[in-house]
Amino acid sequence: MNWELMIKWTPRLLEGAWLTLELVGIAVLAGLILAIPLGVMRSSRHAWVRALPYGYIFFFRGTPLLVQLFLVYYGMAQFEAIRHSALWPVLRDPYWCAVITMTLHTAAYIAEILRGAIQAIPPGEIEAARALGMSRWQALLHIILPRASRIGLPAYSNEVILMLKASALASTITLLELTGMSRTIIARTYQPVEIFLMAGVFYLLASYALVRLFRLLEQRLRVEQCQGR
Amino acid sequence: MHNYKKALLVAASVLGLLGQAVAADKLRVGTEGAYPPFNLVDARGKVGGFDVDIANALCAKMQVECEVVTSDWDGIIPALNAKKFDFIAASMSITDERKQAVEFTDPYYTNKLQFIAPKGAEFKTDEASLKGKVIGAQRATIAGTWLEDNLGDVVTMKLYDTQENAYLDLAAGRVDGVLADKLVNWEWLKSEPGQGFEFKGEPVYDNDKIGIALRKGDDDLRERLNVALQAMVADGTYQQINDKYFPFSIK
Amino acid sequence: MFLDLHGFGPALLAGTWITIQLALASLAVGLVLGLLGALAKTSRYGALQWLGSSYSTLVRGVPELLWVLLIYFGSVNLMRALADALGMDSLELSPFAAGVLALGLCFGAYATEVFRGAILSIPKGHCEAGQALGLGKVTILWRLILPQMWRLALPGLGNLFMILMKDTALISVIGLEEIMRHSQIAVTASKQPFTFYLAAACIYLCLTVVAMSSLALLEKRASRGFRRAYA
Repeated sequence: MNWELMIKWTPRLLEGAWLTLELVGIAVLAGLILAIPLGVMRSSRHAWVRALPYGYIFFFRGTPLLVQLFLVYYGMAQFEAIRHSALWPVLRDPYWCAVITMTLHTAAYIAEILRGAIQAIPPGEIEAARALGMSRWQALLHIILPRASRIGLPAYSNEVILMLKASALASTITLLELTGMSRTIIARTYQPVEIFLMAGVFYLLASYALVRLFRLLEQRLRVEQCQGR
Repeated sequence: MHNYKKALLVAASVLGLLGQAVAADKLRVGTEGAYPPFNLVDARGKVGGFDVDIANALCAKMQVECEVVTSDWDGIIPALNAKKFDFIAASMSITDERKQAVEFTDPYYTNKLQFIAPKGAEFKTDEASLKGKVIGAQRATIAGTWLEDNLGDVVTMKLYDTQENAYLDLAAGRVDGVLADKLVNWEWLKSEPGQGFEFKGEPVYDNDKIGIALRKGDDDLRERLNVALQAMVADGTYQQINDKYFPFSIK
Repeated sequence: MFLDLHGFGPALLAGTWITIQLALASLAVGLVLGLLGALAKTSRYGALQWLGSSYSTLVRGVPELLWVLLIYFGSVNLMRALADALGMDSLELSPFAAGVLALGLCFGAYATEVFRGAILSIPKGHCEAGQALGLGKVTILWRLILPQMWRLALPGLGNLFMILMKDTALISVIGLEEIMRHSQIAVTASKQPFTFYLAAACIYLCLTVVAMSSLALLEKRASRGFRRAYA
């Protein structure tokens, strides 16, 4: 173990770790927002409403994130029309390509989590809401989504951890996040084991912190604890 | 109900296969396979190019059997040291930094570093004009290191896994220019997507000696390779390979 | 444009075959590791419990890509020591073997949790019944627990296998010539990234469909004699 080397490169690795957290943070939040309509449509009673999110989810869950990243980053740029469109200032930037792809990818998974959670709500509760005179939208906003978010939270926290690890792929489209930074450092030092081990420790710490955070959130959201009020 | 037993059996046999002993009398040559015209892979999966021809000719001179293996560029030196192959013929520049990790033979060709950018674009290669420009280069190459050392604070660098990806981004307009080996740039400028681009300025670094890399301590193999290289130059084999790829001498 | 693969069609197919082999071999390794992990985690010995849970926590906390790179480049010294111990000249990991190990390791860590859940949901009475019949520990595990657990674990394992199949794309970074690596080579030659990455995406989708339908079959077979519960 070359400790001197490890200490020397810590600041650069921290820089990369920060970018990793930023990418993951934006992707899982934007993905959640995108997933809500998808998940609700996916659990609709009408087959034609289910079809669109089904196709979307099928594509994004059926192909590797690496392929999706390359399609968006290198693939889109193959077409002149896209290079001259209004979207180009965004698509030209690897940062936004990574954020967009990761968001679309995680939204497909979150939508499935949401569908599972919605289907796990006892139908009686929704019927009760309707019987109280709530409209379909009111029932969705006040009963279904809050219930589903509690049921789906543990699975969502898993998905966030999975995205944290998947973000390592952003290194393949020139982003210097934790893995990209490690590979760049190794390109100069030729010491893969030390640097990758350090990166691994950073990832472990980050996922540990996230697990703790979600556990706190789960405890706060638990209904039973509010019964005394 | 015996499915799981079969699964266990398969798993056990796979584990047994993982650690295979390797025969030592065959030499393995590492190359990248994504650096035309020096090394590339064709549609049938065959590895070719200048480096590979040189390596094969060297093996013929040394009268040993050789097998060409491809590897990702930024993992190629770790892979050599991990004994994934015995020497690297992949247009690797001889640098002091690399000499700390590997050993080199005598150089087998000389390269220069030169910028390319869109035709007609305002692109001068002095520090003041380059300020704020986005420049692409391949990660872990002499071009990448040169940029970092000389223009690290001046330009925005983008580092790619392969040279081809840097060119894709140049054609897409994501970078203002690319710094790479002149001969590789020369080859790309001949290709269809390279038509709108040209060399800019004089080469910024012109003594880029390219050698074959070996593990430290492999002095015997290094001596044999050097002798074979001299013999190739002397009997004209080298010139033949040179002419196959370039209309000028690159020695 | 879409159908013009510039002669790289056969290469992509060859890559698909490698991907399939890689996925199946990693699955086998991962199942063994997962089973061992789950048995350790549900064992009554503290040390084994600790071992099982640190395996699954450690491995699941680090990106798959990092495991692939670490195992491929980091295994040298270990393999050298192993070769000395076994008295062989040299041992080494090929990209395929490194990929199988890395993917199997990650699959195993997640499978540990799936198997553990399945083991815990087998009623205690079944084990006690086995003991009452005078069966040994190993027999109880082999004849009672594993066959029942298999059915419960199958859906979870199926999900993990889908993830595993897509993770095989990561092995392209250490030079294994699977689908992704062949697509990248084709892009270098043809300068048409969209075409080839889309082709790769289609191949992965096909593999997913095949895997999904075989899983449905397996699940049906494993639950013979059980009535399906409807919510």
